[in-house]
Amino acid sequence: MSRITQCFADLNNKGKKALIPYITAGDSNPSITVPLMHAMVKAGADMIELGIPFSDPMADGPTIQLACERALIHHTSLNNVIAMTTEFRQKDNETPIIFMGYLNPVEAMGYQTFADKAKAAGIDALLTVDLPPEESSELVPILNEAGIDPIYLLSPTTTDARIKKISDSGSGFLYYVSLKGVTGSSTLNVSEVAERVERIRSIASMPVAVGFGIKDAASARAVSAVSDGVIVGSAIVKIIENNIDDADTITHEITALLTSMRQAMDA
Amino acid sequence: MPSTINNDLNRLDLSNVDLTSVDWSAFPDKQGHFGIYGGRFAPETLMDAIEELEIAYNHLKNDQQFQADFDNDLRHYVGRPSPLYHAQRWSNELGGAQIYLKREDLNHTGAHKINNTIGQALLAKHMGKPRIIAETGAGQHGVATATIAARLGLECVVYMGEVDVARQAPNVYRMKLLGAEVRPVTSGSKTLKDALNEAMRDWVTNVDDTFYCIGTVAGPHPYPEMVRDFQTIIGREAKQQSLKQTGRLPDALVACIGGGSNAIGLFHEFLADLDVDIYGVEAAGHGLETGEHAAPLCTAKPGVLHGNRMYLMADDDGQVIEPHSISAGLDYPGVGPEHCFLKDIGRANYVAVTDDEAMQAFHSLTRIEGIIPALESSHALAYAMKLAPTMTSDQQIIVNLSGRGDKDINTIAAREGIKL
Repeated sequence: MSRITQCFADLNNKGKKALIPYITAGDSNPSITVPLMHAMVKAGADMIELGIPFSDPMADGPTIQLACERALIHHTSLNNVIAMTTEFRQKDNETPIIFMGYLNPVEAMGYQTFADKAKAAGIDALLTVDLPPEESSELVPILNEAGIDPIYLLSPTTTDARIKKISDSGSGFLYYVSLKGVTGSSTLNVSEVAERVERIRSIASMPVAVGFGIKDAASARAVSAVSDGVIVGSAIVKIIENNIDDADTITHEITALLTSMRQAMDA
Repeated sequence: MPSTINNDLNRLDLSNVDLTSVDWSAFPDKQGHFGIYGGRFAPETLMDAIEELEIAYNHLKNDQQFQADFDNDLRHYVGRPSPLYHAQRWSNELGGAQIYLKREDLNHTGAHKINNTIGQALLAKHMGKPRIIAETGAGQHGVATATIAARLGLECVVYMGEVDVARQAPNVYRMKLLGAEVRPVTSGSKTLKDALNEAMRDWVTNVDDTFYCIGTVAGPHPYPEMVRDFQTIIGREAKQQSLKQTGRLPDALVACIGGGSNAIGLFHEFLADLDVDIYGVEAAGHGLETGEHAAPLCTAKPGVLHGNRMYLMADDDGQVIEPHSISAGLDYPGVGPEHCFLKDIGRANYVAVTDDEAMQAFHSLTRIEGIIPALESSHALAYAMKLAPTMTSDQQIIVNLSGRGDKDINTIAAREGIKL
């Protein structure tokens, strides 16, 4: 059983939901990434989504665009992000790590090379925003072979037929994007999310985590109540943006945010 | 042909394909692939909208009324057919092949871009989308989109990199006069590729009521096919005109390549005519050896950006490299997937000319033929200046004069130290 599947099973046994924070690796400085990952686990994160910086983050809003730019000032490459995971695994062999990004850095490295390195580093999953199942026929078997879960996004506009197709290609969990728009968009309609998650569950037999628009304890609680987990991205990255060069404040504030979310979700 | 790709993305070996056996109308396949290129590498939020577009386009492309509306607009609104002009004096000056110019510069709005925007805007109207968005580099596609949006009564928003807004001020003003909202893009390198990113973000957010009018033969399937289909009027006319005016097909075709829409528009009709040599001309900028250019076909390897796989200027980490060209319309790090395929299979030759060579061609044509070409088209002319003298005077070259140069006079004057 993969770390991710195990993690969801354990949470389910405890009657809990997954809290999955996102940070862009190398933002605001490569040296803060690994300590921050450990701090997030300590604050209650069940898994970590680690963003691979990309020059053209087409589906991201201004917050994560700027995070990519900050990381790329330090030339944070896919190789660097893999090395960060290796370092993280020296102290934490439990917490699943999900790589999230765009396809081109993975293509540039080569699918097989990526899978080999990712497996060796202890990476659990890969989510490529611009790789739908229709174009995945080369990459997915290689990931499967290496024991890496391919994670896909589902959106409010995804049809039932596509939900089926996507769940057939993916494993680990499905990532439901709760609104039309880029990351960091604001409005969130919980009852609509609940309806969609039910729909997805009726078609796909996999946990469904929800991202986009979750920014505080209240929204984390509300959304986790109707799903298997929440992904928190821009709200965390915004803390980094507001405190560049101040690693202590970044760690302190992100810890506080995640702790409040954890408490609200578990209450 | 195998449709798989190697893990390290070594190119499919297309080099031994017998070109006489290729059915050129079979590309792209149903999933939008030209060999390993093209496809639909789009975020999930857009997949439904893209499928809706594909269904609408597949329906309308065989609809007689739609085609009649399109043809009518091309004739009476754009002013087609555009002439095929024998540049006799310039040909004599160069010594060698006879050069014929396909005069897309005489179209309404001054470039080939309008052929495509009319097609897409009619499609938007049919699909009931009241809002149309576009990205633009030099501003020609933005102007062409704003123009047809005005005529069809559609709301129009154009994304343009802040750098391009500054260097193409007249076109920004034109778009505003036409009622479009021009949104300067400040992310990334603030040029065409970033404008495309921002337009995609808009589309993701406003997918219900918005039609994204892409200006070149790139993007997720069906854009490369659809934009090509709207632009192939260039080659169909050129072929007929060549037969009528000279009694035979040309020996060579030359067109500039940014994304590649004017080039594919000219080339496509001639793909099966294997005696016709095809040359696509990229921007070598300061020189290919300097790295400051916009010539992915000549220098790069395949990558994925903006919804499709194509030759893409990127570093070893897969980060996209900012291109350079004197011409804003060629200043793009990728290139349409059909060109990538034509390169690999050996049907077309892809070459590059520098900023300086394009400038020389610009002046040469202006002074000898009384035609001021766009800086983009000047790249094609510059290559024709090299090619023609290697051929005989009974041979013929068609150069796609894709746009007029009025929009560039500020850039050129500034480069030559002249204050207007």
